[in-house]
Amino acid sequence: MIKRNQLILGNKTLKDISDDICQPVETFPSKGWVALFLGAKSLLIFYVVILGLVIANGMGLLGVNHPNGWGTMIITFVFWIGIGHAGTLISAILFLFRQKWRTSVARTAEAMTVFAVMTAGLFPLLHTGRPWLDFWLFPYPNQRGPLWVNFRSPLLWDVFAVSTYATVSIVFWYIGLVPDFATIKDRAKNKIRKKVYGALSLGWRGTARNWGHYEMLYLLLAGLSTPLVLSVHTIVSFDFAVATLPGWHTTIFPPYFVAGAIFSGFAMVVTLMTLVRIGFPQFKSYITIDHMEVMNKIIMATGLMVGYAYASEFFIAWYSGNMYERFVFINRAFGPYGWSYWIMVTCNVLIPQVFWFKKARRHIPLMFVVSIFVNIGMWFERYVITVTSLHRDFLPSSWGQYAWSFFDGAVLFGSFGMFLTLFLLYLRLVPAVSIAEVKPVLNVGRDDHSPGSHGKGEHAHV
Amino acid sequence: MSKNTKKRFGGYAGIWTDEAKVVEAARKIKSLGFSKFDAISPYPIHGMEEACGIPRSPIPYVTFVAGLFGMSFGLWLTWWTSAVSWPINVGGKPFFSLPAFIPIIFELTILFAALTSVGALFYFCKLPQIDPPVIDPDLTCSKFAIFVPENDTGYDEAKLAQVFREMGAVETKKVAEY
Repeated sequence: MIKRNQLILGNKTLKDISDDICQPVETFPSKGWVALFLGAKSLLIFYVVILGLVIANGMGLLGVNHPNGWGTMIITFVFWIGIGHAGTLISAILFLFRQKWRTSVARTAEAMTVFAVMTAGLFPLLHTGRPWLDFWLFPYPNQRGPLWVNFRSPLLWDVFAVSTYATVSIVFWYIGLVPDFATIKDRAKNKIRKKVYGALSLGWRGTARNWGHYEMLYLLLAGLSTPLVLSVHTIVSFDFAVATLPGWHTTIFPPYFVAGAIFSGFAMVVTLMTLVRIGFPQFKSYITIDHMEVMNKIIMATGLMVGYAYASEFFIAWYSGNMYERFVFINRAFGPYGWSYWIMVTCNVLIPQVFWFKKARRHIPLMFVVSIFVNIGMWFERYVITVTSLHRDFLPSSWGQYAWSFFDGAVLFGSFGMFLTLFLLYLRLVPAVSIAEVKPVLNVGRDDHSPGSHGKGEHAHV
Repeated sequence: MSKNTKKRFGGYAGIWTDEAKVVEAARKIKSLGFSKFDAISPYPIHGMEEACGIPRSPIPYVTFVAGLFGMSFGLWLTWWTSAVSWPINVGGKPFFSLPAFIPIIFELTILFAALTSVGALFYFCKLPQIDPPVIDPDLTCSKFAIFVPENDTGYDEAKLAQVFREMGAVETKKVAEY
């Protein structure tokens, strides 16, 4: 018989699990956390200043200009929104597939989704150039006719997709947190903590009647989030694919973008999880090497899909017989932006191949380095798609280069300040592993069925 | 759901430290004819609903209706704004360009279905509650309980204490209100 590996190491009891996971919430932060937080917060303040300057002076501070109407903000928007997708994949799609290993990483992956979508959401709002008029993006009764939004525009589909995605992700995440907030409330010795987490727990008490509704809702939200997450990056890809520009106008974009999103998102999950395991050593019993290995397998699989998409695009560019299409792809690989194309191919297709080897999949420093390369590669993928397609289109007289400025780099790096500040705060304020979801899988792969937990064999929890 | 939603009831509770035993105990309590009792656990226990005789949650019906409403609303919104209220010719496309409206309709379906389902959870679980009484603070950590309210048929503290003990409860106690 094939034996399952233990999902949770160290023969924990139910109380041990609560103690381990609540520890970061209930103790003073370590020096390492404070140092990281100060760094991230400084970067966030820098970001706020840069965005303030961009709003005050206009989009001209960035390198966007004719013919490159889209630049760093759109590239980085797609980058962050893609990262969010892995969180929903873990929390919703793997839930529907009954993958029990997801329980340990779901909470943090979902937090990553929420923060990545928040970081991403700012970019299109600022890229309008007049962010104080962004409420025009929504159809509301107004005194200009009323003049409505253009529902035929992919950019408007994006408004609906991203705002729905952000809302549903936050709600899904919060619903998952409610029982854990109740756990913290009931454990709290500090009065303020008891009040705050008591309010956040909404008075949850864990009665069987409530759990019945709760599990049903969780299943439904997972079922709704699954098509939602696929639709979001599909619609993001429509922003490009619906335009008639060679290099953008391809039907392969939706699956290609979704695969790329999951690829980059899992890379970010691995990056963050390796760091969380260092910062909070007790989480090593929950986020085990087995968990990391599974995620590395997904990185490799989706990396191969992305590689297939790159190859397929080139094949179709040749096979279509369309000279503009063919030119764009030759220019993409060998033109002035060829370097970015080859960075993308190296980081996304070649480097993840090390995960064919089991040793590499289970080697923490190595997977950290690979995940960083994948993050870089996936940013460059969006750079390649946006900039190389725009900079030389149909008319050679209108060709030009993207005028990368200081503000392009500042916006890109500053966005990490926002993301990391939120993520570091999350690690200290919220239980970073789902307590109520981990407890039911405590006995997976265990032989002894120790007293105090489960009595019978394998439980198939929904 | 109990019929009387306004008042909290007192009752009698047993506390267990073993998941399997509390499920057995719930089954036993149900077989003794109690129907208003509830089990409290730190995480959802497989088989507990059946043991307590709790019916399947009706939330999926709410989700379905809300999804249908969201879909109809999306269809109406895109049609009415684009073809009725102020029709504008965009690139020669029909005023009611249904294929282009499908992403909007889809997103509104999901949004309405998800948010209404959460609202349904709040309604059915009577959330949020401000500082509801708790039988034992360990019930969200490592212990399990069964609570029988005093208005349940055949409520008898001495008998309940005996049954709870027989079924392996580590503690039994009178609860002033829950």
